[in-house]
Amino acid sequence: MSTDGYYGRFGGAFIPEILVATLSQLKKEFYAAKNNPEFWQEYVSLMSSYSCRPTPLTFAENLTRDLGGAKIYIKREDLNHTGAHKANNVMGQGLLVKKMGKSRVIAETGAGQHGVATATMAAKFGFDCTIYMGEVDVERQRPNVFWMEQLGATVVPVRDGTRILKDAINEALRDWSKNMDTTHYVLGTACGPHPFPEMVAYFQSIIGQELKQQMLAQEGRLPDQIYACVGGGSNALGIFTEFLKDKQVELHGVEAGGEGLNTGRHASRLSSKDGRVGVAQGYKTFFLEDEEGQMKETHSVAAGLDYVGVSPILAHLKETGRILFHAATDSEVIEAMRIAMKKEGLIPALESAHAFAYALQQAPKLSKDTIMVINQSGRGDKDIFTIADALGDDQWKEFIKQKAKSYESY
Amino acid sequence: MNLTEYIREKRKTKKILFMTHLVCGYPDFETNREIVRIMVDAGVDLIELQIPFSEPIADGPVILRANQLSLQQGTHVADCLSFMKEVSAQYPIPFLFMTYYNILFSRKVDNFCREAEQTGASGLIVPDIPLEEGAEYLKACSDFHLSPILLMTINSSPERLRLIAKAGEGFFYCVARKGVTGPKTHFTQQTIDFIQRCHKATNLPLAVGLGISKREDFEFLQGKVDIAVIGSAIIRVFEQGGYEALRSFLKGLR
Repeated sequence: MSTDGYYGRFGGAFIPEILVATLSQLKKEFYAAKNNPEFWQEYVSLMSSYSCRPTPLTFAENLTRDLGGAKIYIKREDLNHTGAHKANNVMGQGLLVKKMGKSRVIAETGAGQHGVATATMAAKFGFDCTIYMGEVDVERQRPNVFWMEQLGATVVPVRDGTRILKDAINEALRDWSKNMDTTHYVLGTACGPHPFPEMVAYFQSIIGQELKQQMLAQEGRLPDQIYACVGGGSNALGIFTEFLKDKQVELHGVEAGGEGLNTGRHASRLSSKDGRVGVAQGYKTFFLEDEEGQMKETHSVAAGLDYVGVSPILAHLKETGRILFHAATDSEVIEAMRIAMKKEGLIPALESAHAFAYALQQAPKLSKDTIMVINQSGRGDKDIFTIADALGDDQWKEFIKQKAKSYESY
Repeated sequence: MNLTEYIREKRKTKKILFMTHLVCGYPDFETNREIVRIMVDAGVDLIELQIPFSEPIADGPVILRANQLSLQQGTHVADCLSFMKEVSAQYPIPFLFMTYYNILFSRKVDNFCREAEQTGASGLIVPDIPLEEGAEYLKACSDFHLSPILLMTINSSPERLRLIAKAGEGFFYCVARKGVTGPKTHFTQQTIDFIQRCHKATNLPLAVGLGISKREDFEFLQGKVDIAVIGSAIIRVFEQGGYEALRSFLKGLR
């Protein structure tokens, strides 16, 4: 699909000269691994013994019955170790780090899921680990910061710029441009300079490969529609890639609509009119930037989706029309989450709940013989503070107050 | 006289030339104006004017913050272009724009270069456009008579240095160590070997930058390269002691 890291007019490697040699080494290692069938086997076997692969495909019987339309299946990436699809990419890159003989890994994180996954991998493989996290995200995702530190990682709050995910990426790039001899940058999504988009999509493609087999086993045919949320795009590419050639399968990406696409307070680079082609963070894609190319602030209830850019592979597949992009607003997402919990006993992450929100709106309009799959990219337990706030749960507030009081008396 | 000729001419009377840097609109253009005057009076030979960008990945904390504060105050690319026009007309030394590729790309690379030429800029330094992505950029520079100042780094192979040498003009910016702008560079035999590799790759003048802040740094570089670049240190000195401190700092370097 790619020529030198380009997908149509998107992608590339816009990096300082100091990193050129490092990225060529990474490219070499990655392609050597990719062309070696035993490497994929090594990866699959690691993921089945250390994480929970293959993750189940759950038939959402109650939702299907109550909505009265399409037959709904859920791909359960939430059941991975550390609770999200992020583990797939991280463990894969971990294997490459061992091959490259490096001893330290660094990563950016927004919601904290990728940071926790990277810290876990570093602990297992014995690497030093530093995680860059925007100060705003450190504040709203304290439980994940706690886990990263317990796992032995150093978490560095990034106080520059907008203090969120993109700023953490910049800081990780700065660290890498100094320490590349010992250090690998475990980029968490299918963005950044070549070969990251291709490499991350490659490791995540395990999701779609499993889904295809599971679907053929359970239904004897391919699904008609697949829905995934889109932040940087790694879970979406993970579930879509295997189906790109199966033109009869509709692919739907759902971005963060925030407070609404007309409010300016969202993170929809592909489904709103606000996205603009630009070059930043090492690659060319649609960014939420102003007319002079300065990045804008983004907003989403889900920390993992409020990223200013998007995978160049997805930007290209939007232009070719192969993938359709939509947005779900914060309030639609909370509602979808409530339904998933009550009807199916599933707790999707706020990120994943974007895919639920849009897919569940479509389901009733579809015929009963339509099969749709929603990618539940992560679990929502980590979002307990945000979700409790959004649901306005009084007993939770009371609990937090009591808890705070008990610390004051120390 | 083109940039290379200017540097060679100046080198007839000076052991090493100075290139300094400032971020347009930080702390404000009025202050920039005064700082440029002080720099020229102190005998600075070339000046980089950085157009601020929200994602300056090659810059360390000092210049990063200056970028942000400038943008927060509402600095626009047009303001930086007018500032360039003003100072390049006023002073007899070359001025270069330093910025990131998205600033050019956003304005269309061609348009940006046309405007930069009209404002009197001599060249451009764009750290996030490696050779592989540079075709459009290099062509626009050539069309509008701007020297594209390319970076040579300590981990570029000799083959790669030759490729860079073929594509660049004016002079080359040798990055003496890994990492971003700001932290101090310790010059060692490694630096000398690196500078020799760069000389081997090109006959054009060489500048060395990143982490240079002391008289000893200049003494080390004299006789080895043509230009010493001083960036973050200028901002640090000015923030701590204002115009007076900057004046004596620049004087103390020679």
